[in-house]
Amino acid sequence: LDYQHVQVPFEITLWIMLASLAKIGFHLYNKLPSVVPESCLLIFVGLIMGGIIYGLNDRSPPVMDSDIFFLYLLPPIVLDAGYFMPSRPFFENMGTILLYAVVGTVWNVFGIGFSLYGICQVKAFRLQDVSLLHNLLFGSLIAAVDPVAVLAVFEEIHVNEKLHILVFGESLLNDAVTVVLYKLFRSFCEMPTIKSVDVFAGVGKFFVVGLGGVLVGLSFGFTAAFTTRFTKDIRVIEPLFVFLYSYLSYLTAEMFHLSGIVAIISCAMGMKRYVEANISLKSHTTVKYFMKMWSSVSDTLIFIFLGVSTIGENHEWNWPYICFTVIFCLVWRALGVLVLTFFVNRFHVNTITSKDQFIIAYGGLRGAICFSLVFLLPDFHRKKLFIAATTVVILFTVFVQGMTIRPLVDLLAVKRKRESAPTVGEQIHIRFLDHLLAGIEDISGHWGQYYWKDKLEYFNSKYLQKILLREYDQPKSSIVLLYEKLERKHAIELAQAGQLGHGPAHPSFLCSGFLCSNNDRAVITDQKLEDTPNPDVLDNMQEILARNLYRIRRTGPAYNRHTLPGDSEPTEQAKEILILRHKNL
Amino acid sequence: VSHSQITRLYSRFTSLDKGENGTLSREDFQRIPELAINPLGDRIINAFFPEGEDQVNFRGFMRTLAHFRPIEDNEKSKDQNGPEPLNSRSNKLHFAFRLYDLDKDDKISRDELLQVLRMMVGVNISDEQLGSIADRTIQEADQDGDSAISFAEFVKVLEKVDVEQKMSIRFLH
Repeated sequence: LDYQHVQVPFEITLWIMLASLAKIGFHLYNKLPSVVPESCLLIFVGLIMGGIIYGLNDRSPPVMDSDIFFLYLLPPIVLDAGYFMPSRPFFENMGTILLYAVVGTVWNVFGIGFSLYGICQVKAFRLQDVSLLHNLLFGSLIAAVDPVAVLAVFEEIHVNEKLHILVFGESLLNDAVTVVLYKLFRSFCEMPTIKSVDVFAGVGKFFVVGLGGVLVGLSFGFTAAFTTRFTKDIRVIEPLFVFLYSYLSYLTAEMFHLSGIVAIISCAMGMKRYVEANISLKSHTTVKYFMKMWSSVSDTLIFIFLGVSTIGENHEWNWPYICFTVIFCLVWRALGVLVLTFFVNRFHVNTITSKDQFIIAYGGLRGAICFSLVFLLPDFHRKKLFIAATTVVILFTVFVQGMTIRPLVDLLAVKRKRESAPTVGEQIHIRFLDHLLAGIEDISGHWGQYYWKDKLEYFNSKYLQKILLREYDQPKSSIVLLYEKLERKHAIELAQAGQLGHGPAHPSFLCSGFLCSNNDRAVITDQKLEDTPNPDVLDNMQEILARNLYRIRRTGPAYNRHTLPGDSEPTEQAKEILILRHKNL
Repeated sequence: VSHSQITRLYSRFTSLDKGENGTLSREDFQRIPELAINPLGDRIINAFFPEGEDQVNFRGFMRTLAHFRPIEDNEKSKDQNGPEPLNSRSNKLHFAFRLYDLDKDDKISRDELLQVLRMMVGVNISDEQLGSIADRTIQEADQDGDSAISFAEFVKVLEKVDVEQKMSIRFLH
């Protein structure tokens, strides 16, 4: 039995297998994921596993190595997020996102740090030896909202696109701030004296970290696009380039102490457009599927390891400190969101309602990043206290906030609706007005960023496209791409049905497809309607309308971890509308 | 409307005007991708063009968009004898009404309602279901028994709805 030989890969595969099986298990019970978010269940599984290992070995189970987390588990998730991030809402809300990410995080860090220091001063808690600097250091790692946890929970609740992108974008971009503050305070801990020069250096460092990350990411992204220009004859390895370059950008940024997350996001966003134009259709599908797969696996593993690492003797329990940490996290986040939103709403077109604010504040989940950062702390005598506090905060946010956010959102939504049930006419007219307003918004381009967007487009068409794209095609809008996709699909269907040679000449595929389905329905004969429909029919009507009226854009989540972009409902809706319009033309 | 708002709208107008002849045609509007997947896209575009014309200049563009200005508080106390501003609640509703009423007879007939409904609803609803929904809508609103919705009846249906907010775009100040 040569276990030593295969131990490492074997155990890794076993863990991944466990994660995937757990996922299957959850989805077997249909009701479970809707009540308890997946992340909670995964942590729970991790806890059980940790307990088993502890019981068997009688020592603490292997703690999740920070290196493994930062180098192997985190990049796929962030890459997936960056690649599938819908760029238009992201850039439209960039100002708000940056404000929340930067100012909000700094606010949280200092708020939590100082208030905890205040708690430490209370003699009764026996916490005198935790210095201000230590508290600030702890604050810097606990204040950051975690994209993994946020994503996992926000999929369950249905928020509109703007809100989704706000919280999500914030959780991704606050990494730069966290990195800087964490390293800053850590170096301060080791320095005997701190001069104001050092503080200014810290502020400057933030800009370097953030912008440096963007630069690194973009340069790798464009190199990737350039490389794919020449891959026409070796289609098979095209997907590999996407992943290799993105990972390289992450590692390079980390090497230079810049923000790896920001780098990988800018790499993905920068290269997406050109790479997709250059690589073949099959490679494109491969890239999408692999990304989803890897990020799914990573996500699952992170939560399980989180659970496993909780068990053990790594903790020092000091109840006042821990409780106050949790309280301050909530309080400061709520305050921060309130104040920032107040400023944002004065300058901005679309106000962020109080319900949105609640979701943003309540959706500030902490996750594995905090956990890994706390293990990276230098060993000092209070480290275990911090570990314990971090663990409790993470568990609290994921379990309590994660599970209750959905009922609370529903409660808030329901409260407003209880005023009066809309009549059928009202329902229709309201939706009519919503579509009208969305159309007028699009025409007037009221988002106001068009100046920069046009400049960017100009730069793009003049220089970038010539260098990075293989065939210099006119840029196609997403509608044209959708059209082409439909055409391909229909051609395949026709060929499969053996009709390509025989069918009568139709003016266009869309008409024929629509006519076919219309003929089926024409069989239903018109019936005479009664004068007064009974209440059953009425309720049914409202339900039918509620289900079938086309949604306005921006009412669904912009990004979903588990489904590919082309398969979601808004795309189906768009297809139907296009077909209808084409029929009417 | 402030100076900066006019400038922004003008730059938007010129960026849409690909032919650079100072007017927009229907094709210019159709080039906006989001409009193509808006169920009411064609009707909204038509609303910009005055009767029988195929081009709209900046003035017409602004005039139509002016319906969607938010109602400011200081305007409410304005002189009541002057002409009603374009963005009053009544004029906003009139704009929406005209989108339903294609033949401009100041009534939304069952057919016109059916057309709009068909545009707004997915393909899973049968024609008869749609017909009964349309009938129900007319029945709820109709007060003078002519089986069509007049403008006054339309206003009444929406009296509980915050039309001022639903039909306003707030520009950057």
